[in-house]
Amino acid sequence: MDSALFVHRLHFAFTATFHYLFPQLTMGLALLIVVLKTIGLRRNDPVYHEAARFWGRIFGINFVLGVVTGIPMEFQFGTNWSHFSRFAGGVIGQTLAMEGMFAFFLESAFLGLFLYGEKRLSPKAHWLSAVAVFVGSWLSGYFIIATDAFMQHPVGYFTAADGSLQLASFWDFVLNPWAGWQYAHNMSGAAITGAFIMTSVGAFYLLSGKWTAHARIFVKAGVIAGCLFSVLQIFPTGDRQGKMVADLQPVTLAAMEGLFQGQPGAPLIILGQPNDQQGKIDNPLEVPKMLSMLTYKRWKANVRGLDAFPKQDWPGNIPLLYYSYHIMVGLGTFFVAVMVVALFLLWRGRLFNARWMLWILMLAAPFPYIANTAGWMTAELGRQPWLVYGLMRTEAGYSKLVSAGNGMFTLLGFMGIYMVLGILGLFLIRREIENGPVAGHESVSNLHPAAEAR
Amino acid sequence: MASLWFWIVAAMIATYVVLDGFDLGAGAIYLIAAKTNEERRRVLRAIGPVWDGNEVWLLAAGGTLYFAFPRLYASSFSGFYLPLTIVLWLLILRGIGIEFRAHIENPIWQDFFDVVFSVSSILLAVFFGAALGNVVRGVPLDSTGYFFEPLWTTFKLGPQTGILDWYTVLTGVVALVTLTAHGSYYVALKTDADLGRRARGFALLCWPVQFFLTFSSLVATYFIRPEIMANYGRHKVGILVPIVVVASLAVMLWANPKGKEKLAFVASSLYITAMLVGAAFALYPVVLPARDHQYDLTIYNTAAGSHGLSVGLVWWTFGAVLAVGYFVFVYRMFRGKVQLGEGHY
Repeated sequence: MDSALFVHRLHFAFTATFHYLFPQLTMGLALLIVVLKTIGLRRNDPVYHEAARFWGRIFGINFVLGVVTGIPMEFQFGTNWSHFSRFAGGVIGQTLAMEGMFAFFLESAFLGLFLYGEKRLSPKAHWLSAVAVFVGSWLSGYFIIATDAFMQHPVGYFTAADGSLQLASFWDFVLNPWAGWQYAHNMSGAAITGAFIMTSVGAFYLLSGKWTAHARIFVKAGVIAGCLFSVLQIFPTGDRQGKMVADLQPVTLAAMEGLFQGQPGAPLIILGQPNDQQGKIDNPLEVPKMLSMLTYKRWKANVRGLDAFPKQDWPGNIPLLYYSYHIMVGLGTFFVAVMVVALFLLWRGRLFNARWMLWILMLAAPFPYIANTAGWMTAELGRQPWLVYGLMRTEAGYSKLVSAGNGMFTLLGFMGIYMVLGILGLFLIRREIENGPVAGHESVSNLHPAAEAR
Repeated sequence: MASLWFWIVAAMIATYVVLDGFDLGAGAIYLIAAKTNEERRRVLRAIGPVWDGNEVWLLAAGGTLYFAFPRLYASSFSGFYLPLTIVLWLLILRGIGIEFRAHIENPIWQDFFDVVFSVSSILLAVFFGAALGNVVRGVPLDSTGYFFEPLWTTFKLGPQTGILDWYTVLTGVVALVTLTAHGSYYVALKTDADLGRRARGFALLCWPVQFFLTFSSLVATYFIRPEIMANYGRHKVGILVPIVVVASLAVMLWANPKGKEKLAFVASSLYITAMLVGAAFALYPVVLPARDHQYDLTIYNTAAGSHGLSVGLVWWTFGAVLAVGYFVFVYRMFRGKVQLGEGHY
């Protein structure tokens, strides 16, 4: 592979993957904080308010890291992918600019009020600022998904005389059918991260016998939300997303599933390593006819395999795509199993004493991050070899004048800085968890510069 | 239509520089003007609630530039690859310098983030100035519409220019001094006692340097690009730019010692706006001049399709009204001098 192309791909992949660790928690927690605040406001229960404040502090640290790692994403469209920007900017510039105008201004204005303005605002106004932050972060998600959806399934454009893509229909572009299901699937994934993190911290407190009143709220809210969104993640959002891939990117579906040879009644491969040299799966563990059923709702339906497509249109890295997809699906199934059992125990009133389950819930915290990352890798590796599906190949899109050496220089710089950011973030969030949810006990929230402005 | 978007983007960039400029300037004087821990907390409190929103203007301006002039975005961002990436690193460091300092009350921890905040602010001001210098001076664009500049070559203005040469280093220093003064006026406006006095002193010290650099940079600009005066000859309205520049410099000199902090800050904002508008006015309709003029990027050869630009005007107007509304609201919430409350820190 062309080494400059490789460096620019790795550059974007690394910075995007690291960045998305933060927004998924931001978006998930924003929703749960609104829920906690709403209950606190309606029941006038101080424990719910303390719970909301505690998660607000963790939200604040996480948000800063999301902001500072997010700015490089927008820049990289120009710095590392300038030929792509020249080609598609006339269309996707719309959503990227709208994200700034509608989402970032809203978020940044109300975040400070939400985090540090509780004493200055009425309870209702403070609740509203939490809702504004939630709306801002979820809007931001839509604009990015709509941008990605255009790359996956371009609609609403025309090709201008100079070869670039230009906007033909604003609504066709913004309401891309691909974006609808991808958005639902992605946001549900973010809510799962928020729910699992909240549950995990609650389970940790219950297991260590600290802050139990708050911990029960965390576990209860987390398990209910976690169960709901884990189910939604598979059906209908994941199912419909899979259908779209089958219809619009059939070669991607074949590669994800590891289906080298197309056949009627195609099996669903659960385990096994793709052997792309011999075009088969080693030691496969498969469910006969299941892939046909899941994809076309008929046991005997024909599913096209990789052999039905010319090799130059295959995704470039089939093993990694296959593993990303299988890790995502495997973890998604695991989330449903864990959360259904936990919800059952909660309903029977036994969850808070079921230490074995609390252990599982506590240790499950990293898995939604892995599943969300694997899901995005599936989407982006699956789109290969295209940058804009069917219109521009990835090798045509990077900045031709930025050499591999210059790309490597900045990639290494980002790696170093992001490692420090990751360590700082973990350290500060661990500290908040250690300090616990009750204000006044080494209250850290009002140490912020904005806390006492005025 | 493209002309309208040219001025919209220019206005957004100017808004960014005026707003985030005082955050950067406050960072530049931070280590020296704010001596005690308490004074440093006050400076941070003056910018804490607003810096993130201010920085969004950069993102929104970038997004709007991408949307309206995709070919310009593609050429300039890849050509300025190295300085822009360094700017990104500095923005990251500046952000965590402000936000993470207060989390732990430990002098070692806080000293570290103080230095991170201040040094990254200073370097950002210099890089932004140098970036503007590059745009005014012109870059080695060729027939493909692309270029790539290393950080520096010979520091002279040869055919293969670097990001830094004597001219762009000069504009970088102009930006640093301008924003240092701007931030000093802001800190003076938001604080009192010793800290406020020291900030005013800083601004006083900056003034003659700013005055001298303003004129030497204009002379240097004329020297390297005489054609920059063409638009001023063609459109009489351009005379407003030097008038506002000189008048705002005079107001700063007059208002600062009199303790009229708000007036001085407004004058400094006007000065920055006039300098940037003056540059945009001189360039128009060129958006990125080439060293060889036949390859100039203009609003005509870089703009997005006309349908996209018309549609954008609808949502942009709506979004801009909302954004200005949020800003008025937030700045009103945090108006007045910052006070140290009881029982904090």
